[in-house]
Amino acid sequence: MDPAAAKLIGAGLASIALVGAGVGIGTIFGNYLQGALRNPSAAPTQFANLLLGFALAEATGLFGLVVALIILFVF
Amino acid sequence: MIEAAYAAEEGAHGAHEGGLPNPMHQFEIKRLIPFELFGFDASFTNSALFMVIGATLITLFTMYAMRRRALVPSRLQSVAELSYEFVANMVRDNVGTDGMKYFPFIFTLFMFVLVMNMLGMIPYSFTVTSHIIVTFALAAFIFIGVTLIGFIKHGAKFLKFFVPSGVPVVMLPLLVVIELISYLTRPVSLSVRLFANMMAGHTMLKVFGAFVVALGFLGGWAPLAFMVAFTGLEILVAFLQAYVFAILTCIYLNDALHMHH
Repeated sequence: MDPAAAKLIGAGLASIALVGAGVGIGTIFGNYLQGALRNPSAAPTQFANLLLGFALAEATGLFGLVVALIILFVF
Repeated sequence: MIEAAYAAEEGAHGAHEGGLPNPMHQFEIKRLIPFELFGFDASFTNSALFMVIGATLITLFTMYAMRRRALVPSRLQSVAELSYEFVANMVRDNVGTDGMKYFPFIFTLFMFVLVMNMLGMIPYSFTVTSHIIVTFALAAFIFIGVTLIGFIKHGAKFLKFFVPSGVPVVMLPLLVVIELISYLTRPVSLSVRLFANMMAGHTMLKVFGAFVVALGFLGGWAPLAFMVAFTGLEILVAFLQAYVFAILTCIYLNDALHMHH
């Protein structure tokens, strides 16, 4: 295989990691909304945890994106 | 072939012949004042320039806003008090009242990251936090400082932090290794989170900006509308990442000070 083509395919495969970030963010916001609608008075107290969970979930996906960008631009 | 395309960076946006502009061109570090110190390259770069601008902005803002110290605050003083209260509550909730002596550090950290992220949202400016060396330096200092605080406060007992309580002895060799690895990856995850968020957002904005130009007057509206929405999201992310950076520092500090496991 042409090394340039292999590099592009590898970068594309590495960015599949973002699927996990999407699932994670969806789960976090979905469950927060579910909990908030059941018990609206407790919702504001958990907003900080929501943002924290969102950032943690998004970061793991972005690690994969960083790998893709390293493959594309460093090698 | 790709190397040749990237090597031929020309024009204001690093556009190469017949293609879209290179989205990574915006992260290029330029030497503004070349300078060498003991054989190391210590030039004043555009990255350093934006750090100086950010630090000056924060200093001027806090000093100017608090110059009167009125009981009934003016609008500017309210903003300064709001940011103070925001970080103070964060420290109080996550570290406790005995952690308030680390408040100046957390406040400086939060304001620095926030202003750096926000300055990066101005077109044609430079995002300091989109370089891993900057975020990793911050995270490494936090990691070393927090570990030292833990050892100074608890002495050798701080090592018990890596031994989870209430688990069978058979499991301990495995769990201690896992705890140790998760502790040691903290600076990496803390720095890569901020850096990756900033870099990914700015790269995406640049790519979609190129689509607007490429599609022209007739078709460019769709990516332009997306870009407007995405810029709003990026401003949210810029704040959120500064918040997460500061709150994770608080959590690490709390682990070192109180060690409940």
